[in-house]
Amino acid sequence: MKTLLEMRAITKEFPGVKALDTVNLAVQEGEIHAICGENGAGKSTLMKVLSGVYPTGTYDGEIHYDGALAEFADISDSEARGIIIIHQELALVPLLSIAENLFLGNECSRSGIIDWRDTNQRTEALLRKVGLTEPPSAIVDKLGVGKQQLVEIAKALSKEVRLLILDEPTAALSESDSQALLDLMLELKQQGVTQIIISHKLNEVRRVADTVTVIRDGTTVSTMNAAKGEITEDGIVRDMVGRDMADRYPERARRAGEILMEVKGWNVWHPIHAERQMIKDVNMTVRAGEVVGIAGLMGAGRTELAMSIFGRSYGRNISGSLEMNGAPANVDSVSGAIEAGLAYVTEDRKSLGLVLDETIQRNITLANLPEVSRKTILNEARETQVAEKYRAALNIRTPSVFQKVMNLSGGNQQKVVLSKWLFAGPEVLILDEPTRGIDVGAKFEIYGIINELSAQGKGVVMISSEMPELLGMCDRIYVMNEGAFVGELTAEEASQERIMSLIVTE
Amino acid sequence: MTDRNAEAANGSGIGAYLMGHMREYGLLFALIAIMFFFQIVTNGTLLKPVNVTNLLLQNSYIIIMALGMLIVIVAGHIDLSVGSVMGFVGALAAVMIVEWDMSTGVTIATCLLAGGLIGAAQGYWIAYWKIPSFIVTLAAMLVFRGLSLWLLEGQSLGPFPREFQMISNGFVPDIFPAGLAIGLADLFGEKRINVLSLATGLTAACLITYMGLKSRAQNRAFGMDVEPAAFFYARIGITSLALIFIFYKLSTFRGLPNVLLTMGVLTIIYAFFTERTVTGRRIYALGGNEKAAKLSGVKTERLTFLAFANMGVLAAAAGLVFAARLNSATPKAGFALELDVIAAVFIGGASMSGGVGRIVGAVVGAFLMGVLNNGMSILGIGIDYQQVIKGLVLLAAVIFDVYNKSKQS
Repeated sequence: MKTLLEMRAITKEFPGVKALDTVNLAVQEGEIHAICGENGAGKSTLMKVLSGVYPTGTYDGEIHYDGALAEFADISDSEARGIIIIHQELALVPLLSIAENLFLGNECSRSGIIDWRDTNQRTEALLRKVGLTEPPSAIVDKLGVGKQQLVEIAKALSKEVRLLILDEPTAALSESDSQALLDLMLELKQQGVTQIIISHKLNEVRRVADTVTVIRDGTTVSTMNAAKGEITEDGIVRDMVGRDMADRYPERARRAGEILMEVKGWNVWHPIHAERQMIKDVNMTVRAGEVVGIAGLMGAGRTELAMSIFGRSYGRNISGSLEMNGAPANVDSVSGAIEAGLAYVTEDRKSLGLVLDETIQRNITLANLPEVSRKTILNEARETQVAEKYRAALNIRTPSVFQKVMNLSGGNQQKVVLSKWLFAGPEVLILDEPTRGIDVGAKFEIYGIINELSAQGKGVVMISSEMPELLGMCDRIYVMNEGAFVGELTAEEASQERIMSLIVTE
Repeated sequence: MTDRNAEAANGSGIGAYLMGHMREYGLLFALIAIMFFFQIVTNGTLLKPVNVTNLLLQNSYIIIMALGMLIVIVAGHIDLSVGSVMGFVGALAAVMIVEWDMSTGVTIATCLLAGGLIGAAQGYWIAYWKIPSFIVTLAAMLVFRGLSLWLLEGQSLGPFPREFQMISNGFVPDIFPAGLAIGLADLFGEKRINVLSLATGLTAACLITYMGLKSRAQNRAFGMDVEPAAFFYARIGITSLALIFIFYKLSTFRGLPNVLLTMGVLTIIYAFFTERTVTGRRIYALGGNEKAAKLSGVKTERLTFLAFANMGVLAAAAGLVFAARLNSATPKAGFALELDVIAAVFIGGASMSGGVGRIVGAVVGAFLMGVLNNGMSILGIGIDYQQVIKGLVLLAAVIFDVYNKSKQS
């Protein structure tokens, strides 16, 4: 067997962050190679380096492909050499037909006129290869996610693929669709297509992979070989999370009081695909002064849970009950939820949390304008006082509270969002990835704010993909997978290994 | 116009300040420059009392609709139907008064209500069904253009009774003693002086100066960066003098037009509403980032709905003013006027993507277009060239915006 791809000592830096640090990866011709790692470990960055999204020259190290040094300037370069990547978010045009999608940018045409007969014949042949029986004229939007995934693969096959990269291909698929996809992968392997799969589902990895490479914090940790019997789920989990607790967390006196919020039997369905249940029978309690974590991988449904609780901002057919301080609370609208004492700090602060074109002051007061007005007339002097108070309390670094928030750094923007919700006076704050994309110093400050809130007797729900952060901050951690809570651990019981094994052994 | 713009924290020099606030000064300077230009090339006709009065009357309905359009655009939408709705309401008024012999009061109330319902009907689809405002209002534009034709059976309908005409053609009676007027007229060497008009001008100038000083002191106390003193006094001085000048001109003709009073009061109410009330603030947040506003508890659907209902009422008011001014309703009334209204709002500095724009800007933008129209008409420039020039002015204003924005960031 010969080596098809070798990535040597790949290092990729972004301003302030080393995303990849001398990563090595060797893929043999005709094998299925799995790459495992936590969110943010650097898997996607590595694949972007490989496919030319980050062109040669923007990273250090060498890529050897098919026996020669490869220097890709963009994706079309790597595609021309037969490297094709299928992203987690599908890149199909939903309202075009299967045939149109398959040959998009690569149309079977003569002097600009599309030859539909040729297109349809070739489409049918490709669809047979991936086991689809839909007509070429079927609109992609009408297919399920699983079939769309297969169309993506057919599209890759139409380009004479040699190395097929699948980024979390089964994340959105049902069990049977996943099995069909894995079968197809094995069949393609028989036909000599080399494949790289990125996946969190270790049982699937074990089923199809010949080799597993584990990446952690931007470096290669280990490589395991199926033929030598090295691949075990425990081994992969250990290598994925086996990092020292490098980050520090401020100390907090842990004391949980009365139950502030209780969610019972919470069910939510997808807002568009009505048959997909996103949240399954979730029960959750939050006590005064308690920091409760929700652990889970991307797509586990954590954000969907939080947003559906907060004024039904996500999903449809929501059922279940929510009590605040032992009494049923009406959280059908966002304003109702705020009134009931809830606050939700969104994961996506730029598009959901802030009005970027407005000033810090106006963002801070937005969720509680009645407090700074009398008979609906705003008192700007009072607004400024409020903004100044939070600027000092949360140490927002800015020349003035009249600065537009778009000019602030990520950490300071996050503090503005936190200020907004603190000013709304909630009893329970749901923080969705509160430290994503901000630097270590600001992270530490935000941990301090969380501890301060807990000392004031507020309840905090913390959603995070960074497990050390949850372990360092939380009194209790719910583990979530595929829309359901699959475990609950106290701070003493919790460890990265236990959380990860609760997730991967469905 | 710049009191509350404190976002420019980049540098403290006058040059840097001017850079940060180019748009607002640019608009004001452009208006002054254009007025100067036409005053000279028309040999002083532009600012003759009778023409100043005409200028105000001609643009009153545009300005009234621009107030509502600013809110719609700040909320992130557009309303293409206002010209047709305006024409339809004028036709409705004519039918009610001329054919059904209804009283003026009942007619005005019914027409405003009809406008509100028309706006609400459009707002319903836009806000609660998320149908793009461009489509809904385009449909309404066609529907109400057709309904006006149907109501009027293709004919003009008039005349209106005197009391209805007063909406546009009336003047506020002078409440000051006649002796004072004669004395002042002698003093200034004019044939006559309307004391109320002159007093209004002086009061407005004082108010603007006082409010400017007050908010400047307040801004300084809050630690906002205030505009350099020279700029502030020049701006306040020019604005005050211009106001006194305009009202003086009016006072030597027939005094304060009723429409000017309506327009002035509406402008003040809407400026206050957009800048100082909770609902106004929420509309800016809605236009700036609808999702973030929604997740902050703003009832985005209801606000969108209300913005269109309000637009409908103002379009109806404009329709009454227009019909009263022409003294008849015609099927052509309001044709393509929505474009002038929208242009005025964008020239006034509103952003196409929502969240940015001020009432004062929209009013100045409308005046700028009005002076261009009026000046070119006096010069006898054909309608063909007029359209070309107005189009280029709109394009230039928006290019200026985009250029400024890219330079700042």
